[in-house]
Amino acid sequence: MELLGLDVLFKGTNMARMLGGLWVAVEISLISVVISIVLGLLFGVFMTWKNPVARVISRVYLEIVRIMPQLVLMFIVFFGATRVWGINISAEVSSIIVFSFWGVGEMGDLVRGALTSIPKHQYESAAALGMNKAQTYYHIVIPQAVRQLIPMSINLVTRMIKTTSLVMMIGVVEVMKVGQQIIEANRMVSPNAVFGIYGIILLMYFFVCWPISLLASHLEKKWSN
Amino acid sequence: MDFAAMADYLPLFEQAMWLTLRIGWVGILGSLAIGLVVAVITHFKIPVLYQVARVYIELFRNTPLLIQLFFMYFALPRVGVPITAEACGMLGLALLGGAYMAETFRSGLEAVDPIQTESALSLGMTPAQVMRYITLPQAVSLSIQSFVANIIFLLKETSVFSAISLMDLMFVAKDLIGLYYKTTECLVMLVVFYLIIILPVSILGSVAERKLRYGAFGS
Repeated sequence: MELLGLDVLFKGTNMARMLGGLWVAVEISLISVVISIVLGLLFGVFMTWKNPVARVISRVYLEIVRIMPQLVLMFIVFFGATRVWGINISAEVSSIIVFSFWGVGEMGDLVRGALTSIPKHQYESAAALGMNKAQTYYHIVIPQAVRQLIPMSINLVTRMIKTTSLVMMIGVVEVMKVGQQIIEANRMVSPNAVFGIYGIILLMYFFVCWPISLLASHLEKKWSN
Repeated sequence: MDFAAMADYLPLFEQAMWLTLRIGWVGILGSLAIGLVVAVITHFKIPVLYQVARVYIELFRNTPLLIQLFFMYFALPRVGVPITAEACGMLGLALLGGAYMAETFRSGLEAVDPIQTESALSLGMTPAQVMRYITLPQAVSLSIQSFVANIIFLLKETSVFSAISLMDLMFVAKDLIGLYYKTTECLVMLVVFYLIIILPVSILGSVAERKLRYGAFGS
């Protein structure tokens, strides 16, 4: 324990503080996930429009999301908004804004992919069977699209949780920051705390994300045929 | 916008860009190598190595790069494994990317129709020839989109290197903002430099995707 610096974990309320920090990270990602899914569904439908203006808008939006690192977007929102408009956005809110912005783009692209991947003959067969537009969507298109969509959007959730580790760089006190504080406070007493604490944080993220990834790949396999 | 200040900052950003590119490309090449080896191991289910490879893939795919880097850079030296920041960045990127690339290679290999392998074998090809001439070309052309996505993802992930005190673009931008309060200028330059790095990859990627799609069977 001493050697690996794990003893620090059990001093005082350290473990509870770390879990509290983890919760901050998970909370930010949960809020962003909900926003991303709701707006992403709408954006995905918008992306399938043939209207040239809609296409340009969605293309540009998607490229920004694809190309800009989330950390850069976070800097822009956190430092830039204050500078340009003089509004003060807290670090938590700016990370939620950035994650939602990013999530809506990614989710929209997934929705678009799922909708356009339904072969045309499915629509035509449904029409041939005498279904109207609403029935076609309800019985034919949506069930197939959802089966493709759900595993991928679950993967998006794990990516979001992993990306929350970046929010410490704009000063949100989450698990990583708490870990650093604990390491700093115990520098003299147990210099190996750095190994234990960072190791535990690594495992914490792993045990949050791993079950979600397993669920996603399970659903993917189950629904693939 | 203070263009004179931006011109002053230009060399700093340029230097940082080269650092990002250097680490990025070493990391990406490393990740392709690791990915290929790990994918072959998981594809042929080589005992023991297969379990190790699965643990590696799951561990690195389910933890953030930032924390992996912190662990490698701050924690490993404490237990007697010293590592420089730059080596740590390259290694971290290669290991993270390796796990992603392995999955991409593997799903590409799995996506090739078994009929293809069987036909090749019945034509008298050796398993190695089948891999080289039949399976691998099709697997690569099937998964080129994911490869490009992975490369872009890895280049984006380089933005966290500033956390282990590498002087990359984020580090320079944050530093200059702190020193001179030219926030808008620095942020604009940050965006421009990331565009310079990643946009060509994105464009080349879609060109390569179109070209290589001809390699797929039935197109």
